[in-house]
Amino acid sequence: MRRYLFGRLLRTVPVVFGVVTVVFLLIHLLPGDPVEIMLGESAVPAQKEELRRELHLDRPIFSQYASFLAGIPRGDLGVSFRSREPVLGEIARRIPATVLLAATSITVAVIVALPLGVLAAMRRGKAADYLSGFAAMLSLSIPNFLLGPLLVLLFSVQLGLLPVSGYGAGRPLVLPAVTLGTGMAALLTRMVRATLLEELRKEYVTAATARGLPYRSAVARHALRNALVPVVTALGLSFGAVLAGSVITETIFSWPGIGRLLIQAIDARDYPLVQGCVLVIALSTVAVNLATDILCARLDPRIRYE
Amino acid sequence: MALLRRTARHRGAAVGMVLLVLFLLAAAFAPGIAPRDPLALKLDDGLSGPSASHWLGQDKFGRDVLSRLIHGARLSLAVGLGTVGISLLIGLAAGSLAGFLGGAADRIFTGACDVLLAFPGILLAIGIAAVRGPSFGNVLFALSVLGWVGYARVIRAQVLSVKTREFVESARAVGSSPARLLLRHILPNAISPILVEATFGIARAIVAEAGLSFLGLGVAPPAPSWGSMIGEGRHFLFIAPHLVTAPGAAILLTVMAFNFVGDGLRDALDVRGNMQ
Repeated sequence: MRRYLFGRLLRTVPVVFGVVTVVFLLIHLLPGDPVEIMLGESAVPAQKEELRRELHLDRPIFSQYASFLAGIPRGDLGVSFRSREPVLGEIARRIPATVLLAATSITVAVIVALPLGVLAAMRRGKAADYLSGFAAMLSLSIPNFLLGPLLVLLFSVQLGLLPVSGYGAGRPLVLPAVTLGTGMAALLTRMVRATLLEELRKEYVTAATARGLPYRSAVARHALRNALVPVVTALGLSFGAVLAGSVITETIFSWPGIGRLLIQAIDARDYPLVQGCVLVIALSTVAVNLATDILCARLDPRIRYE
Repeated sequence: MALLRRTARHRGAAVGMVLLVLFLLAAAFAPGIAPRDPLALKLDDGLSGPSASHWLGQDKFGRDVLSRLIHGARLSLAVGLGTVGISLLIGLAAGSLAGFLGGAADRIFTGACDVLLAFPGILLAIGIAAVRGPSFGNVLFALSVLGWVGYARVIRAQVLSVKTREFVESARAVGSSPARLLLRHILPNAISPILVEATFGIARAIVAEAGLSFLGLGVAPPAPSWGSMIGEGRHFLFIAPHLVTAPGAAILLTVMAFNFVGDGLRDALDVRGNMQ
């Protein structure tokens, strides 16, 4: 396990470097002078010079890159151009909201997908299977920027049950969490069904039932357990998708998380903050993928020896 | 033709194909079909609901929603085909070179893929579109930066598995050049999974463009994009829900159509294995 862990960590290092590099380059993709774009045409030269110095844009690109890199371990992602506060501080304040939303969506997705996937696998080819298959297809095809407004239309406008926006762990959380979690629930349902079907074909299930174990117990105690590794992997990998999806979902519901901060930063042309948001979201994804792999290696000894 | 027939045997795919034909017709003949100019303003009639003269109602500027939808199909199709085309070109080149050459080229390729895939979903596209500004070209650029990775990985895997097969070995033995080996022998064997992947890819690109436009980062207004129609319409859910439901239905049907056809193609071509 230790060797696997070491190797996996080692492979993460170049990815982190690459991600940082891409984010660094983002500001250089601006069509024209970043300083002029941020300040507008009316800015006086002194202002421009000051901002240029602050963003290190007066230095050669390699020196800019070096100080960008050096800042990251110290948590220095620069200063927000609008609020004049450290970028990391701005982002840190938004983290709880995004974590609350993401965690709730994932939990809801798992609670829905696990029984639905198992049901579809055990009733393969029956009505329940087709129905859940169609629901999954529909849920996968509906983008969250459509699902969100449709849910608002139904539950806020028509039924008046839930708020259009707001922040909190109660009613304001329901619609954003469902919007964000639906696609993931669909993906997981398909995944659980597929992996469980594969496991059910294997001999140990036959052997378990031959020993007199009821079929349900064979599924629950043996097959489901083995089917869980790919499901955990899918869950971990889709965490990134949830974070990316939160950009749109948080915008729809005015949810005060990182995703909304990113869009606000874009609207304000606050490029240091844009870079910071993209970097934090991407690095969180890398970290969760790493944790997922390690968890899977713990769940399934075979992975460690590959 | 035989492939089309085999794909259509899949019930969902048959429905999907019909929808796709409608979508393609709308996109191809948009100026002829659309009842009105999609950009014509009629501020007095802003937010009017469906009526005899405007079947799907009017948006806040009084523009005809149906006409904007039909012209929006054109934009969606252009983004879908454009992104997939560019991504395919890059993906084919990068994936086949990495798989064929191996060694350092392959390691660089894998590293680049790992880095790009670390940016989840449309995050990188949002970042790029945000700095480049809203325009059709920038949308294609933003979506293709990540779009090629999927195709490249499929191609690389195919090349790796095909290049050791006997017919490739014998072609090499009779003196075929590496380029000929790749183009004549290896790539034709990698086409099926790519075709399936590209079908899903068009749907993904359409959704991504709509997502960017929803956020105001897609194609510059007033060009009709389904995503920006939803983005603008969602502010009027209480008084004019048709501004969201009409473009929403268009996106949903189009995406489902591509997904169903993709599923059908996959079955018809018997493509198995790990596809992203």
